[in-house]
Amino acid sequence: MQASIQTALDAVAPQDVAPFIRIEGVTKRFGTFTAVSSVTLDIKKGEIFALLGGSGCGKTTLLRMLAGFETPTEGRIFIDGQDMTGVPAYERPVHMMFQSYALFPHMTVEKNVAYGLKHERMTDAERKARVREMLELVQLTQFSHRKPHQISGGQRQRVALARALARQPKLLLLDEPLAALDKKLREHTQFELMDIQDKTGTTFMVVTHDQEEAMILSNRIAVMDKGEVKQVGTPTEIYEYPDSRFVAGFIGSITFFDGKVASVTGDTAMIEVPDFGGQVSARAIPGISAGQDITLALRPEKIAIGRTKPEGPNAIEGTVDDLGYFGKDSLYKVKLGSGKVLSVLSVNGRRVGEGERVADWEDRVWLSFDPGAAILLTQ
Amino acid sequence: MTELSATGPKTTRKAARRSGLARWFNRRGWSDITIATPYLWLLIFFLVPFLIVIAMSVATRTPTSPPFSFGGDHPLINTATYERLFSDSLYIRAFLTSIRNAAFATFLCLLIGYPMALGLTRVSKSWRNILLMLVILPFWTSFLLRVYAWMGLMGNNSWFNKLLTSAYNMMMPEEWALRSIQMMNTNFAVVLVTVYSYLPFMILPLYANLEKLDMTLNEAAEDLGSRPFRVFLDVTLPLSVPGIVAGGLLVFIPASGELIIPGLVGNPSQPMIGRVIQDEFASARDWPMASAVAVALLLLLVVPMMLYTYFDAKAHEKKAMEP
Repeated sequence: MQASIQTALDAVAPQDVAPFIRIEGVTKRFGTFTAVSSVTLDIKKGEIFALLGGSGCGKTTLLRMLAGFETPTEGRIFIDGQDMTGVPAYERPVHMMFQSYALFPHMTVEKNVAYGLKHERMTDAERKARVREMLELVQLTQFSHRKPHQISGGQRQRVALARALARQPKLLLLDEPLAALDKKLREHTQFELMDIQDKTGTTFMVVTHDQEEAMILSNRIAVMDKGEVKQVGTPTEIYEYPDSRFVAGFIGSITFFDGKVASVTGDTAMIEVPDFGGQVSARAIPGISAGQDITLALRPEKIAIGRTKPEGPNAIEGTVDDLGYFGKDSLYKVKLGSGKVLSVLSVNGRRVGEGERVADWEDRVWLSFDPGAAILLTQ
Repeated sequence: MTELSATGPKTTRKAARRSGLARWFNRRGWSDITIATPYLWLLIFFLVPFLIVIAMSVATRTPTSPPFSFGGDHPLINTATYERLFSDSLYIRAFLTSIRNAAFATFLCLLIGYPMALGLTRVSKSWRNILLMLVILPFWTSFLLRVYAWMGLMGNNSWFNKLLTSAYNMMMPEEWALRSIQMMNTNFAVVLVTVYSYLPFMILPLYANLEKLDMTLNEAAEDLGSRPFRVFLDVTLPLSVPGIVAGGLLVFIPASGELIIPGLVGNPSQPMIGRVIQDEFASARDWPMASAVAVALLLLLVVPMMLYTYFDAKAHEKKAMEP
């Protein structure tokens, strides 16, 4: 089962390419503090790869090691088969788009974009053509003679992108590329970034703390915590098939239940969950056996809510403790018999009048979920 | 809602209570006086004395006390002093010597101070404070004492001079051998002591400027293929121009009017402008000439000052435009 999902997901990501960037057992220590702890990652050519994690998880340190600003304490980094150990930042085929953009304030947009090109062996005409091409790519041709302080934040971000792409790097590093933009501009820029990546075919590595940004932008995500890579996978894999409580909890909202495996038959496992006051069925994961402690996790949108007891195996009764109406959907906080509160997100598929809601405060409701919707976690 | 209505009358009561003393303090007049104070200060202690000096410079020298008068046999505004100032090579040479020495000293201060200021921004915070203390430390000793110390070092019979002389004699052919190196009473000595005395005035504004520079700009330049020295030329140096200008003016302006250093270690046959002013006032009792020299010196210094203010205003304007 797991294998067939994997193949289906692989079809989404660019395949039949050997690892283009290889991070091999990289560790970085600052004094006694371990910022990055034996990280091994393979990144394919032309991929948008995201490093996702909270602040202090080591994602920025990893990025800086790729750029050459920090040296790994242990391990090696290969880019296009070339060992980067001892290669200074100015000789790496890697360019970075800084979070603050780091545009040179004393240079015009044009000069900023042309900056990296002065180290390239090319004629003035070629250089000019490349700068024009880059400015056209980010649609800033008419601003070429402005200084960075004379253009807007979104435009500055595009100058930074053009500057980093001008030398045609093998790998482009983007440090929180959208963090400094307002919400409306972010959405627009997200798709623009993907479009530009598609046009140039450059391998992108995005560092972000924003799960939505990572999900929309990238082909694959590495979720990091305390210097370690917790899970690597496509956005779907990370969201639907997390393999640890940390990843499941970091991406989206989720409710965890402690349980015990009662029995395993084929690909169905019966889980004894004290909070539900009985057994529920879930899709088994490899390597579990009866009697084992396990965590069952449920995402709010995967649970159905109703007033009557539904058919099927996984039905739990509870009381609506709180509810929030968001227009397109409603969030119910349902208190189970054990006192545990469970979040349920229900799409408001049809128009309802006041008092006609599925459930109201203090109402008795029935919850149900598909065995495939429950996530089983052993760690 | 009830809370809102309760605060209503309270604030009005407060406002009523504020009416007496508070209102008197809040009167517009007070803010005007606050703003006017520094201008008043400048008017009384700079503009008025300066006008007196200008007036003296166009007066006529007389053997009376004070040794000048207006009118009499001469025109009320006597330009003869200025004519003498611009025709007598003594004054022109004094100006040139002053400016040359001050320019050399400023340049050397920049050459020595820039790496020091840059170094200060690149060391750890705890080291930075210690090193900054060391930069300012010489100020804790009397300026005059420090100049005397240099005199002791440079004198022909000092151990320092003997050390330098023997090092020189070892390296040079015998026929060029010297008994001592003449350092005292030369322009070299003036420049040396000026550089020593004014170095902190170069380092501190440069440090303030360099410390504010965004290090990610350096990383960006390095990332785009520039070696560290290229990064310095392309990013750090152009962005530190305001600091260079500020430090340069802080050294050049006082150095060109310097009286004590050339007086103690300088060449007496090549007086600097400060010496000339003092001599005209005290020895020659030619107050109009002393005033005219002072006015000329001031004009010479005001021009670079105005240029600096212009650059500074432009830089601020640039910053203000950034969101």
